Amino acid sequence: MESGISIWERMGFRRSTGVVEAGWGRTLVVAGVSFIYFLPVLFIIFTAVKPQELALSVPPTLSPTSLFGLIPDQFVFTPTLENFSSVFSRVMTAGGQPEATGFDRFFFNSVVIASVSVLLALVIGTLAAYGFSRFALKGNDTYLFIILTTRMLPAIVVIIPVILMFRAVGLSGSYLGIIMLYTAFNLAFTIWMMKSFFDELSPDVEDAARIDGSSELKVFCKICLPQVIAGLAATFVFGLILTWNEFLFALLLTGPDTRTVPVAMNQAVASGGRGTDWTLLAAIETLFLIPVFLVTFFLQEHLLRGVTFGTVRK
Amino acid sequence: MSTIEIRKITKKFGQFVAVRDADLSVAAGEVVCLLGPSGCGKTTTLRMIAGLERATAGEIVIAGQRMNDLPPEKRNIAMVFQFYALYPALTVGGNIAMPLHHEGIGKAEIAARVNKVADILHLRDVLDRLPGQVSEGEKQRIAVARAIVRDPNCFLFDEPLSRLDVELRHSMRGQIKAVLSNLSKATVIVTHDQLEALTMADRIAIMRDGSIEQVGSPHDVFAKPMNIFVASFIGTPQMNLIEAQFKSYSDGKAKVVFDEQDVNLSVDPAVANLRPGKVTVGVRPRAFTVVSKDTRDTIEAMAELIEPMGAETLIHARTKTGGDIRVVVPREKKVRTGEALHLIPDRAQTHVFAADGKAVRA
Repeated sequence: MESGISIWERMGFRRSTGVVEAGWGRTLVVAGVSFIYFLPVLFIIFTAVKPQELALSVPPTLSPTSLFGLIPDQFVFTPTLENFSSVFSRVMTAGGQPEATGFDRFFFNSVVIASVSVLLALVIGTLAAYGFSRFALKGNDTYLFIILTTRMLPAIVVIIPVILMFRAVGLSGSYLGIIMLYTAFNLAFTIWMMKSFFDELSPDVEDAARIDGSSELKVFCKICLPQVIAGLAATFVFGLILTWNEFLFALLLTGPDTRTVPVAMNQAVASGGRGTDWTLLAAIETLFLIPVFLVTFFLQEHLLRGVTFGTVRK
Repeated sequence: MSTIEIRKITKKFGQFVAVRDADLSVAAGEVVCLLGPSGCGKTTTLRMIAGLERATAGEIVIAGQRMNDLPPEKRNIAMVFQFYALYPALTVGGNIAMPLHHEGIGKAEIAARVNKVADILHLRDVLDRLPGQVSEGEKQRIAVARAIVRDPNCFLFDEPLSRLDVELRHSMRGQIKAVLSNLSKATVIVTHDQLEALTMADRIAIMRDGSIEQVGSPHDVFAKPMNIFVASFIGTPQMNLIEAQFKSYSDGKAKVVFDEQDVNLSVDPAVANLRPGKVTVGVRPRAFTVVSKDTRDTIEAMAELIEPMGAETLIHARTKTGGDIRVVVPREKKVRTGEALHLIPDRAQTHVFAADGKAVRA
């Protein structure tokens, strides 16, 4: 609701009195725990900017900077962006010319497949959730339960019939196939999530809009949706993270043209016969982190409200 | 013409009958209060008029047009909700303007009309705020502003003042009454607060268990309750309802027996037609005259608890056999605990209810 939050404040540099209120002791504990959580990500990012030969060095190099002499020289590496350029084209055989790796395509695939399927699930799921929340049908609870059962089985159990069906109708390896599958999978989550948001809204407000002359469509679009923006944002981000990182279905149902980054990453590591190229892998992972990081970052204002929704009475 | 007419409407939720055969007509410019205890069906009745609930049976006619099958957005009515139901994502101005967007009028005209009602209800300063940023009283006024901003067939209010504190409620009661009197529309107000109903309504419809028990002017429902329920529901302190045996009627007086007392009461002449048997005698606490001597016309009781109420004093008195009688006397009348009281009820305020609970009146 408050406007004018600067980018710095969004990043956590709030002009708050947090430290004063919590005290330095508590603040340091929280910072320490957060740092431990962030450590694997930091390690990946550092590995991505290391020279290839230092990837597995013992002792490991820990920092791109000596921090004004704080860190002994043997732990310091000189950062390089070489690994990032290798992501998209690299020398495949000794003495050869750099070849395209196809990762531009794979990133494009990941973006298209994840965003389209999550948005589609959001549109369909929000409408369905509104219906479940507002119109009392006989057996509503049963339907909701059935919808949830799609998420009760591990993917590995579902995958065999899905592969057979996709083969039978020729959906294997197509965008349409994998998008449909992800949409269906995200739907269960979206419907449950959005239903709880709609349940929280006061039906009086919608009645008031009806009396004020709004059609059902207008009631939904103009009155209900603005009240559940936090829910939409939270659902979108969670769905996106799940879909973006999904591996198993992508491995078995995408073809060479529709391959997503997680699958391609696996194959890039496995191929070449030169052992695992850790710095390259780290570079791909770092790039792979960015889109989800950005989305989460820009929606975090809503996200925080979204995940605590319903726990605090307004 | 702005009128509301409901004929024999019934609403069932499954097996439960929320409203049964309710009849009510509201003339143009008239304010009718639906008054009753919680769960009596008054809000359901209002929601049926609004079109938010479908009537199971019966007819709803607004401004001469049958409305049963029309959705709320086609009925051209304005409603104020108990919890205001403001649109949280719109500013105060946006909230008030909302009903106008469907009337196909220009932006300038909308702004002018919003400003006009904002002036009437003193909302000019908060037009740009969001509903979450205004006070409870302002929210209430926004809800009223949103209702009066256009020209509806009728106004419906659902417990409009129940969320306000006592002082604010008092001033809003007057403000709403003043605003409504300038609009000359049929208005229905739902309330469980009898003071609100008595002060704001031209007529009051008292409901119980889904049925309308009595419709009448505030004076009539107070002075001529048609049955025991209405008698007990209207008026504070509550009317004394004394179960008695009716013996005979002569010379404008009924001879009744209760709590081992024989009393001659001045009552309505229609009581003469009553057969001897069980009746309920209703007397308002303010209708007693305290006299100095025990006679055939007095009710005997002993003052047990005395509650000063400011201008008046409420006495809880007990008859010989333990019956409770509430008496209100002026402050000047000094009564001590344990004192014997000889009470003569005022004829005009003494009601006799037959065994079926209906008032016996000419």
